[in-house]
Amino acid sequence: MTVGVVVFPGSNCDRDLAWALEGILEIPCKFLWHANKDLEGAKAIVLPGGFSYGDYLRCGALARFAPLLEEVRKFAEAGGPVLGICNGFQILTEMGLLPGALTRNRDLHFICEPCNLVIGQSKSQFIADYQPNKIINLPIAHGEGRYFCNSDTHELLEQNNQVLLRYQANPNGSVGNIAGISNKAGNVVGMMPHPERACDPQLGGTDGQQLLRALVG
Amino acid sequence: MQLRPSVLDPAGEATRAAAQRLGVAGLRQLRIGKMVEMELEAATIEAARSEVELLSDRLLANPVTENWTLALEQCE
Repeated sequence: MTVGVVVFPGSNCDRDLAWALEGILEIPCKFLWHANKDLEGAKAIVLPGGFSYGDYLRCGALARFAPLLEEVRKFAEAGGPVLGICNGFQILTEMGLLPGALTRNRDLHFICEPCNLVIGQSKSQFIADYQPNKIINLPIAHGEGRYFCNSDTHELLEQNNQVLLRYQANPNGSVGNIAGISNKAGNVVGMMPHPERACDPQLGGTDGQQLLRALVG
Repeated sequence: MQLRPSVLDPAGEATRAAAQRLGVAGLRQLRIGKMVEMELEAATIEAARSEVELLSDRLLANPVTENWTLALEQCE
């Protein structure tokens, strides 16, 4: 079970992910260059954090047109597990694989801090190993992480239990304290917090391990 | 491209607060958008419009958070 980590020009969490996956969790992974058109047999895909294509125009707006992402779209639509972290979440919303958008933080600051998060009720495989309502701690690091959607979409997200993670104390003004959501089927997940930065016990926490393990079921 | 009225514009709000400090008291709203200038070759003005509409809908603006308007001018 190999996990594919997509690399865009400007990605900067791709190597952290590889370290967390291979170095700590012993899950094989390979880097997939954005300009290729081949998922190289990966059984799960991660879109890492960073500033793909410089985040010009809007975060994730240009990455959406990367040739590899057409393959990622097919893979996701066929039910394959896809996780977008931070910039990866922004890209998934720009692609339309997840509803809503990530906008400028309420207080304009880039926020880089550990955050308490409440696990949602979702049936998604990504949080199957966590108890609902359990509180975990993961770091966030973003300037544009304020989740926004209209009230109809928000209602649907809640009805379908698509909210996977909520901020305990809302740092950025996100609608409904939302920090991470899935699509309706649960196989496509986006989140602003960084589970890959909470895998190594020497770095202050391991609450992200189960989220990454869930990539390979 | 302009943020939809329902979307908070924190940069606009911060700028509005600064404008008040400058002494402009009557400023009730300030929202920051983006403008894109482009030159496009097309056979007719209608063809140009439909190309720019496609660009605006699919690339330049995010319909979840932004509205857009366009103005066309004929050039040499």
